[in-house]
Amino acid sequence: MKKCLSKEYRFEKLKLILSQISLLIFFLGLWEIGARIGLLDEFFFSKPSSVAVLFWKYLRTYEIFKHISISLLETILGITIGSAAGILIATILWASERLSKLLEPFLIILNALPKTALAPIMIIWAGTGVRGIVLVAISILIIVTIISTYNYFINIEPEKILMMKSFRANKFQIYTKLIFPSNLVNIISVVKINIGLAWVGVIVGEFLVSRAGIGYLIMYGGQVFRLDLVMMGVVILSLLAYIMYEIVNLIEKILLKKRGKGI
Amino acid sequence: MVLELKDVSMKFCTKEGNLEVLDKINFSIREGEIVALVGPSGSGKTTALNIIAGLLKPTGGEVKARGDIGYMFQRDNLLEWRTIYKNVILGLEIQKKLTPENIEKVKRMLKTYGLWEFRNCHPSELSGGMRQRVALIRTLATGPELLLLDEPFASLDYQTKLLVSEDIYKIIKKEKKSTIIVTHDLSEAISMSDRIIILTDRPARVMNIYEIELTLDEERTPLTARKSPDFRIYFEKLWRDLNEKMPKQGI
Ligand SMILES: Nc1ncnc2c1ncn2[C@@H]1O[C@H](COP(=O)(O)OP(=O)(O)OP(=O)(O)O)[C@@H](O)[C@H]1O
Ligand SMILES: [Mg+2]
Repeated sequence: MKKCLSKEYRFEKLKLILSQISLLIFFLGLWEIGARIGLLDEFFFSKPSSVAVLFWKYLRTYEIFKHISISLLETILGITIGSAAGILIATILWASERLSKLLEPFLIILNALPKTALAPIMIIWAGTGVRGIVLVAISILIIVTIISTYNYFINIEPEKILMMKSFRANKFQIYTKLIFPSNLVNIISVVKINIGLAWVGVIVGEFLVSRAGIGYLIMYGGQVFRLDLVMMGVVILSLLAYIMYEIVNLIEKILLKKRGKGI
Repeated sequence: MVLELKDVSMKFCTKEGNLEVLDKINFSIREGEIVALVGPSGSGKTTALNIIAGLLKPTGGEVKARGDIGYMFQRDNLLEWRTIYKNVILGLEIQKKLTPENIEKVKRMLKTYGLWEFRNCHPSELSGGMRQRVALIRTLATGPELLLLDEPFASLDYQTKLLVSEDIYKIIKKEKKSTIIVTHDLSEAISMSDRIIILTDRPARVMNIYEIELTLDEERTPLTARKSPDFRIYFEKLWRDLNEKMPKQGI
């Protein structure tokens, strides 16, 4: 019975994926035909086949890997450092109510600030290489990480904390046995959001200074009016972001499975 | 005496000024007895339990407790990501008392109280009554001298409530724990307890204390207690205390 159900479920899933792929192909086809019959100006919109040809060229010379690897490195560094530091700071704020009250207005101001506008300054501070770009990425995601994680932490049911205290749990035990595990899913969703934010930071950083990376390709393509190059950069970007999202999804599944079925 | 309250008073500082909640409360709990704490809503029963458990410092008077205190709340507060077994040993884990004897004790309780088969399940797979039993075993696992139960059955439907209170009563008596149980339900108070303490409206004082002695042909449990002819008499006394002397609020 159970097997039968899962078979049906898998069939449904396959059907969904097939429809999604057909939708994509339909859209690309429309774009290609539109460009060929002159409905879309190729100069402004390029077309899928030219993007594919260009991609093949970059692939053959291995040049694409240089750009992908540098952007990936920057993004992954930005996500891990930014998320870890953000969660750590949220933990400190949770542990010290006085500190969190003190810093609250500053966090709100920092959050409201358009971080991309400050990117040039950050690059001056940290250098024009990978370091500067990673800093831009971190600056974009860290404040949101702190604020949302902190809010998750303090929104635990007060009675659960009383329950822990009635066993004479100390602050560290309350954190490790109650606050953190009950927010594991929330923290993972914060990290998922951070993927997108880190990419924004990396692309902005690369627009400003770099000599390599997906952001650089897009920027360069725009400057020389090579729309196929721009489109290729955008497609690669979205694929990379999607893959990273799926990897975090996988990590989430493994973590949840490890601690039992859980929430 | 397991517990003694001497002139315990409590004031909260709120935006609207001082809120006097407890006014010189005096009572004590004897070894192995179940005492029900009854009073109007907002009179300060939970506050009293929090003070007894040491989670709040009273602004006046003193609490003398012998030994550890176990506290069970209205909600079971089970941790959803832990299995039943892992939930039950939470207190032992926190107090670093996971000794072979204590683990043996926990396993015995799980078996005795019909939860052994569910030890590897998660709380979401259990019924409300079972969850409440798990919460009780978690509280008992650390071996407290005194149990505090704050409206432990309030979230259950009537039928389940009767069955679970029967269960919990038997467990408490079997483990010989002195207990304070807070409840709004007068029948529940009479059927479960050896003594009832009635608190007045806020600021709460002790209005009356009744010894509950029921004449019964069979062994006393919450269900059989309801059949005793004395049951009604106590009920009327309590009802009068809560409604006639405090007409504006009732319960
Ligand atoms: N930390 C607090 N700060 C300020 N006021 C509080 C605090 N805790 C409780 N109170 C107030 O003290 C009064 C008594 O609360 P308490 O929860 O002890 O009542 P209770 O008898 O348990 O009520 P109920 O029967 O509704 O559970 C209420 O008016 C409540 O608003
Ligand atoms: Mg209460």
